[in-house]
Amino acid sequence: MPKFRIVFDRVRLEEKMLEEKAIELGHDTKMIDAKTTNISTESKKSDFDFGDVVLERCVSYFRGLHFTACLEFLDVPVFNRLEVANNCGNKMFTSLLLKKHNVPTPKTYFSFSSESAVETLDRQGYPLVIKPIIGSWGRGVILLKDRETADAILEVREITDGPLDRIFYLQEAVKRPPRDIRVISVGDQVIAAMYRTSTGGFKTNIALGAEPVPCEITKELEDVCMKASKAVGGGILGIDIMEDEKRGFVVHEVNNTVEFKGLAKVAKRNIPKEIVEYAVNLAVR
Amino acid sequence: MKCPECDANLKIPDDASVGEIISCPDCGADFEIASKNGSVCELKHAEKVGEDWGE
Repeated sequence: MPKFRIVFDRVRLEEKMLEEKAIELGHDTKMIDAKTTNISTESKKSDFDFGDVVLERCVSYFRGLHFTACLEFLDVPVFNRLEVANNCGNKMFTSLLLKKHNVPTPKTYFSFSSESAVETLDRQGYPLVIKPIIGSWGRGVILLKDRETADAILEVREITDGPLDRIFYLQEAVKRPPRDIRVISVGDQVIAAMYRTSTGGFKTNIALGAEPVPCEITKELEDVCMKASKAVGGGILGIDIMEDEKRGFVVHEVNNTVEFKGLAKVAKRNIPKEIVEYAVNLAVR
Repeated sequence: MKCPECDANLKIPDDASVGEIISCPDCGADFEIASKNGSVCELKHAEKVGEDWGE
């Protein structure tokens, strides 16, 4: 009986769904709290009960990333892999990889000081979207419509002055319908897709109240998602896509610890089942 | 079980698991279930949402 482990720091509906499904599939299943686990350079795999495979599901990106590094040190198979978590957790790394691998993606500009960011904005023209390079749920994603708004946001960045505040990620405001597409890909398959329609503003995050509506998985959508998945290193991913008026699909984000409670309401396939089976099959074969 | 913050009665569902968050209906404080032994739960203040939280 495969031993399936879920590493968490806060149990959301998704983690409960994954645990229930793994038990239902007959796997020896345990939840492991990252916050109460201590690992060292002297640790051995046999010191822990990490089973045959771990699904890393921490809500804190950095906690999950560093825990994953420890798991790989112990030679514990983990999804997603450290490289993938690193590629997806940082929007700048993701954008660079997508472009490098010829995945259609919005034009994105990187500056490393507020003065340079202003130069970029003045050169490219408004509006541009500023995003924190680390973060989720649409937080800190702001449409910079004019110089006045940009100055205010950049000033706040200078006041907070965290290490990541000095990296400016400015993205074109894609001309698109007031929705985007969230796709879940598992390995080399797209297993579910939905439209997320904005509830008013330009953001379309389910966390902000966007309504999930089923989206047909066309060959074109599947192709672009598989290219995006390969670009970041594969695994279990949440791929966000906009429908550009001229270019068609453009991938703007790839998420590493995908949330799916919204999509699970409209998906034809059972998302937790697909995730658990994928992880177990790859680790145990 | 009593809310550690305001002493209101907290109802913890039977199927709640370690790592889940319980909110006090009176004071709104959030608690994480740190351990569970039958119907006896140990609560700790839930972590606040971090800048790096999410997907």
